[in-house]
Amino acid sequence: MKLDSMYQEVILDHYKNPHGRGLRDGDAEVHHVNPTCGDEITLRVKYDGTTIRDVSYEGQGCSISQASASVLNELLVGKDLAEAQKIQETFLELMQSKGQVEPDDAMEDILQDAVAFAGVSKYPARVKCALLSWMAWKDATAQALGGADAERKTA
Amino acid sequence: MTQLPGLLDTEAIRKDFPILDRLVHDGKRLVYLDNAATSQTPRQVIDVLDEYYEQHNANVHRGVHVLAEEATALYEGARDKVAAFINAPSRDEVIFTKNASESLNLVANMLGWADEPYRVDAETEIVITEMEHHSNIVPWQLLAQRTGAKLKWFGLTDDGRLDLSTIDEVITEKTKIVSFVLVSNILGTVNPVEAIVRRAQEVGALVCVDASQAAPHMPLDVQALQADFVAFTGHKMCGPTGIGVLWGRQELLEDLPPFLGGGEMIETVSMHSSTYAPAPHKFEAGTPPIAQAVGLGAAIDYLSAIGMDRVQAHEHALTEYAVKRLSEVPDLRIIGPATAEDRGAAISFTLGDIHPHDVGQVLDEQGIAVRVGHHCARPVCLRYGIPATTRASFYLYSTPADIDALVDGLEHVRNFFG
Ligand SMILES: Cc1ncc(COP(=O)(O)O)c(C=O)c1O
Repeated sequence: MKLDSMYQEVILDHYKNPHGRGLRDGDAEVHHVNPTCGDEITLRVKYDGTTIRDVSYEGQGCSISQASASVLNELLVGKDLAEAQKIQETFLELMQSKGQVEPDDAMEDILQDAVAFAGVSKYPARVKCALLSWMAWKDATAQALGGADAERKTA
Repeated sequence: MTQLPGLLDTEAIRKDFPILDRLVHDGKRLVYLDNAATSQTPRQVIDVLDEYYEQHNANVHRGVHVLAEEATALYEGARDKVAAFINAPSRDEVIFTKNASESLNLVANMLGWADEPYRVDAETEIVITEMEHHSNIVPWQLLAQRTGAKLKWFGLTDDGRLDLSTIDEVITEKTKIVSFVLVSNILGTVNPVEAIVRRAQEVGALVCVDASQAAPHMPLDVQALQADFVAFTGHKMCGPTGIGVLWGRQELLEDLPPFLGGGEMIETVSMHSSTYAPAPHKFEAGTPPIAQAVGLGAAIDYLSAIGMDRVQAHEHALTEYAVKRLSEVPDLRIIGPATAEDRGAAISFTLGDIHPHDVGQVLDEQGIAVRVGHHCARPVCLRYGIPATTRASFYLYSTPADIDALVDGLEHVRNFFG
């Protein structure tokens, strides 16, 4: 069934047992919403130099947006900013692929559990759900490290 | 098949709607339960739209040739149909807009630019309710911000009705306009017009009724409502998109200033100033949605031939059945009135802690189209402490089998996420 391509086991697992949920100490906090469906997330980042110490979050939303935040936490905490940005960009590319990109080994290495979201990219209405926490993370990072600084690093 | 008293002959009616024969997701029957968002279009309306473009297309009110005369007659004929459909005292009280949102914005802007006694300014108050569609909230917020007027609203009771217990404090001598929804698109509630109108009239406030979810589903009589303005939208009542209606009392339309300026709405124009055409043209600047108005006229013919009282009875029977069947679903909570009394055919609910987005996705896979989210009525979700709802909404072609399919579909959803 087509639904299974969206609701992969990995996604449902993260949804039912989220990683790192709850708000903890942070350098910056952002609140993002998905106006079409009312998904919301409050997310904080904690940096140690350019190393991500913590990404903590609280929110309400569908299984896709919640699982995505959990995967984000699992993937990014402990990483260096440059590596995290690479993961974020790869995830964005996958989600904007409209189901056209078949993840290869290189992509799987980078994205790990986040590869499970490939099926979601076929559902335009749900792509925003999957990206909500990632956009929030990007925004919070820019704030934590100073807008200009983060912009330059992203560029 | 389940037989309920009051049902229409849906077998015959469904033949008029080609889209209802569509199969989706590898051969599943389409169960269309998103009628509060937009209704489907009968063959009779599609044919009229085709014929308009194939035979009569021209601009209105400004040509002497055959096509221009035909197009004008069709467009103005649609106005007559709307006037009769809502029992307007005069056809000149029917203004065509592009949708209900534009109609409501038009009222807010007329009042913002008006002279006394209608003028909304810093000394005055605007009253709405907590169950409004964003289209009947934001125009009033804008007006309040721009004029300094105070925006007030009626809250909601736990069972999804307006809390009118403080009506005398909410609507006061300072109130200039009370604008509220006749039938809520998210809760399904049918509001008590009379009590609100009586109080508004006591203090000399104008009344605007958002009838977007009423005009498609029940007889609408603007004289019986005793409101000053009534707004609705064509695409929810078997018509095309791009056409809406604002009905307004004649003397108000004469007194109030235009909002949009342009062709069609003038009498004479010089470089220094202009004078305006009489209503309704004063409020219809530029080339109007002609084919869409004609299509709305055809939709009204279609609905009138069936009879709005019969449409209402059909939906009432379906709503009773739906409320009963949905209450059998474990963990399902209806957001809004729990019975079919004073209730329209839009039913919002939550299903345990499964997010509506997920509910809608799994239903869609089974061919069942519902709406999920806050339904452009986010304050209602905040009021009931929920992020969003799933909403099923019925129309004249909906059947008990559609409701059975929904209930079975919800069982599937529970298993999927269980
Ligand atoms: C109660 C209510 N008011 C206003 C509107 C706005 O209608 P439209 O989007 O056609 O302007 C809707 C439709 O969603 C509605 O349900």
